[in-house]
Amino acid sequence: MRKYKEFVIEKLILLCGLASIFFVLLIFLFLLKEGISLFSTITLKRFLFGKNWYPISDPAELEILPLILGSFWVTLGAAIISIPIGVGCAIYIAEVAHPKLKEILKTGIELLAAIPSVVLGFIGMVTLVPWVKEVFNLPTGLTALSGSVMLAFMAMPTIVSIAEDALYSIPKTYKEGSLALGATHWQTIYRVLLPAASSGIVAAVMLGVGRVIGETMAVMMITGNAALLPHSILQPVRTLTATIAAEMGEAVVGSEHYFALFAIGIVLFIISFVINVTADTFLHKKK
Amino acid sequence: MFKKWIVLILLSASILSPSFAKDGNSIQIKGSDTMVNLSQAWAEKFMEKNPNNFIAVTGGGSGTGISSLISGTCDISNSSRDIKEKEVVLAKKRGVNPYEIKVGLDGLAVVVHPSNPVSKLTLQQLADIFTGKISNWKELGGKDQKIVLLSREVNSGTHVYFKEHVLRKGDPNSREEFAPEALMLPSSQALADEVSGNSGAIGYYGMGYISPKQKPISVAKNEKSPYISPKIENVISGKYPISRPLFTYTNGTPTGLVKKFVDFMLSKEGQEIVLKTDFVPIKK
Repeated sequence: MRKYKEFVIEKLILLCGLASIFFVLLIFLFLLKEGISLFSTITLKRFLFGKNWYPISDPAELEILPLILGSFWVTLGAAIISIPIGVGCAIYIAEVAHPKLKEILKTGIELLAAIPSVVLGFIGMVTLVPWVKEVFNLPTGLTALSGSVMLAFMAMPTIVSIAEDALYSIPKTYKEGSLALGATHWQTIYRVLLPAASSGIVAAVMLGVGRVIGETMAVMMITGNAALLPHSILQPVRTLTATIAAEMGEAVVGSEHYFALFAIGIVLFIISFVINVTADTFLHKKK
Repeated sequence: MFKKWIVLILLSASILSPSFAKDGNSIQIKGSDTMVNLSQAWAEKFMEKNPNNFIAVTGGGSGTGISSLISGTCDISNSSRDIKEKEVVLAKKRGVNPYEIKVGLDGLAVVVHPSNPVSKLTLQQLADIFTGKISNWKELGGKDQKIVLLSREVNSGTHVYFKEHVLRKGDPNSREEFAPEALMLPSSQALADEVSGNSGAIGYYGMGYISPKQKPISVAKNEKSPYISPKIENVISGKYPISRPLFTYTNGTPTGLVKKFVDFMLSKEGQEIVLKTDFVPIKK
């Protein structure tokens, strides 16, 4: 009887484990099924590298280069802001901070992660956007930069907590050895601990970037959503995610536009898949 | 007391259970953001008079409303543009028969920041501004400042109407598009906020959103015709060049509660509400 129970529970858990993979597969197949129909009317090359996004015109122009670049600029900006701050914060928490302060900082970062993105977007809209317009003397503050700054706040908790874990899991002997050889605390961090934890830190950064690429609500509110080819971070951009969110309601089911939005979904899926796989390889690479 | 509880329970049941909603006690209205306030005002007045009925109003954009009507998730869809041929075909395929009712008129106001010295434009100038051919206020007699174009998102009936009737001047063969530089804002309110905070901005929305923080532009059909300001009397008289009909779509000719509500919208009282919410009634 006991053995029987054990068997059932074991299989149940196995099922739970497989479920997530099964769901991902289903989602991907659905995306593929809906998105692939687009390429009977437009070539893949034109879809990815064309410059005009006019989805509701007749005939529609469904070319997503401006959207890809929009996502790229916002993500790049967010990475430049969040990586140094995030990694610095992780080092401070793991190595320097007093245990009491450490607890407070960790709680604060968890709280930051819990703020809904629509709230960040709203705060950005009323505080950051006018400020960006003023400081850079721009025609409008709804730019990629505004999006980057707000998204950096969202990427930071991921980066900090994973990088901190990586630093924490370095064997104590490394640090002790370095200090015993006469290195200062900073030299130990910079020359010994950071290289030792580098794979974990890269993984942290990749996962943070993944979070930024997939973010929708905040960017839709503060990046201006203009589908032009951006050549600087101080211009309005339209991201892949915001396009899907803004246009899904309008797209007639079964139309070219509808398929194009699913094709954008595939592009996003592939991007985040690549990022996650990269993060995973780094995470499992043992020094 | 007991009776009150029953009403409350029934009311919450009618909100919570979709099956109950089909019983004809409640209506779901979806669609045009432009018409949300108007629709809400109608619904409130109607429910005041018929306390046993429940009418839920949500926005989302004209396209969203029509999509919902087609997929059967709303009873009435508001739209600030005509239903497209494609949408009719799709609806028929799903056994839905969109029935069009004109319920009011709306003037589209073009607005700029109050400090902007430009106060009148022709339709041609507007088209050139929004397609990007004119990009500095200097060319229109204003300050030497870049024009910031503000538009609604593509799911907005206002966006579609403005493109077809201002940018393309009603010519179905025209290929004019909004300049790619145009910022796409998710709501009329967001657009109003951006205009009131940006001295180089120009945008458009339904007349109802005009406030002292934005300056409406007087528009002329061409250089020879007079410049007309977006006011209700000018829309009624047909002088203001950018006005559009507001529609309501139902599945087939309205029956039951939907008919009762449609009749109310078109009644004298309903049309007074149209005027009160800064739109233009269809019947005098």
